[in-house]
Amino acid sequence: MAEATLRVYRGDKDGGGHVDYKVPVAPGMVVLDALHYIQGHQAPDLAVRWNCKAAKCGSCSGEVNGRPKLMCKTRMDDLPLDQPITVNPLKTFPIIKDLVTDVSLNYRINKKIPAFTPRENTDWRMQQDDIDRVQEFRKCIECFLCQNVCHVLRDHQKTEEFGGPRFFVRVAGLDMHPLDSVSRTELLKDELGIGFCNITKCCTEVCPEDIHITDNAIIPLKERVVDDYYDPIMWVIRKLTGKK
Amino acid sequence: MSQSRNDLQDRRFGATFRTDSWWTEVLPVIIVFGGFGIYATWRAFQGVSYEFGPYLSPFYSPLIDAEHHWLPAWLSPALLILGAPLGFRTTCYYYRKAYYRAFFLSPPSCAVTGVGAGKYSGERKFPFILQNLHRYFLYLAILFIIILAYDAVKAFFFADGFGVGVGSLVMTVNVVLLSCYTFSCHSLRHIIGGKLDCFSCEVAGGARHKAWKGVSILNERHMLFAWASLVSVGLTDLYIKLLCEGTITDLRLF
Repeated sequence: MAEATLRVYRGDKDGGGHVDYKVPVAPGMVVLDALHYIQGHQAPDLAVRWNCKAAKCGSCSGEVNGRPKLMCKTRMDDLPLDQPITVNPLKTFPIIKDLVTDVSLNYRINKKIPAFTPRENTDWRMQQDDIDRVQEFRKCIECFLCQNVCHVLRDHQKTEEFGGPRFFVRVAGLDMHPLDSVSRTELLKDELGIGFCNITKCCTEVCPEDIHITDNAIIPLKERVVDDYYDPIMWVIRKLTGKK
Repeated sequence: MSQSRNDLQDRRFGATFRTDSWWTEVLPVIIVFGGFGIYATWRAFQGVSYEFGPYLSPFYSPLIDAEHHWLPAWLSPALLILGAPLGFRTTCYYYRKAYYRAFFLSPPSCAVTGVGAGKYSGERKFPFILQNLHRYFLYLAILFIIILAYDAVKAFFFADGFGVGVGSLVMTVNVVLLSCYTFSCHSLRHIIGGKLDCFSCEVAGGARHKAWKGVSILNERHMLFAWASLVSVGLTDLYIKLLCEGTITDLRLF
């Protein structure tokens, strides 16, 4: 049976480092299986967050050989086994222990977003054509890989000024909903800082649900902000028609 | 234990735990985009070898005051018009990704630390806040598509009547690729229907939904069209330049 070396980050908020573990590689094995093997045979105190092992709960996000991934979806036979496989916690969030990070920042950002607000006397029937777009955004499993890889949060640490891709997806799902009555462009521009996004598409590249975050959520939202704040013709039209 | 906590939080340029050759992703962008920029600038300033028979280089179309009646002799006619297509490509959502990564290294690749930590303002301040004017360059680009389509039709009419030369086909392919690039634009996708929350609630909502779906299909290939049209514009100009200089001859198919 082939053997792999996993170079796993061990530590907490005060510091730490990498430890090498040898793991036998079984057919169909994923990185999370390898970590469970380490927990079961070599390091029972290794902390790793996981739940469904089916790429649907979004718990086991980490960085495998430097790439943000769901560890339950990353097969060992897709990795070069002739060199150590580095397993790190998400870089953007503070470490609690080993591979477990504190992602509560995301819940604080989420609270800034006004919830779904239907119009009064809403007719709850909807056409499929109107709801198609929004359904894509509902696939999000909140693994926060997009938040982790976004360089605005990861490198520039704009955690107070910038919402991040996950929350642009949420706003898109609400703002484009045919029955919602609230405009969130002011929130996007000022509090969620959508202008910090420079469209480098890393969020889309890492999304395990294949949501087209940049093309279908962020860019359309940027265009809505342009409508309301940067387009002089739209400003004149609004003045003439009195429409918001 | 082989590394310290500080290594994991390293935010210096280029810091990454990636083991693949991430830098190879940006090399084609630097070479093709950079090469095109140098070639286009040189050709725009040159002011010669842009018209051969019914063929007109896309860098010089529409041709304004080619005889220099009022245009100073030192000023190439291309310089009067190239701002529009240049602005369209510079503010394009796809190219923004490409050049922010390749030239601004912000970031150079995913999960690789970029430059300018602590000074980053994204597209919130001058000059990058001007990216928000992309839709105005789109309007100009559509105008240019009409002009280039007219040029492509004209390329089939020679001094001796209708005919098909290699140049006619080159110019036709060029305008088709440019059209695909222009009509797959994210701003067009928004304007044509994406801005609506409820298609079925609006006047002509069904037609706008169909148009939005059509642009969305093209939009999925926006990157492909961006590169294909960039290369085709450059090659069309080069073909006409070489014809003008007598380096090659235009093959008449019939």
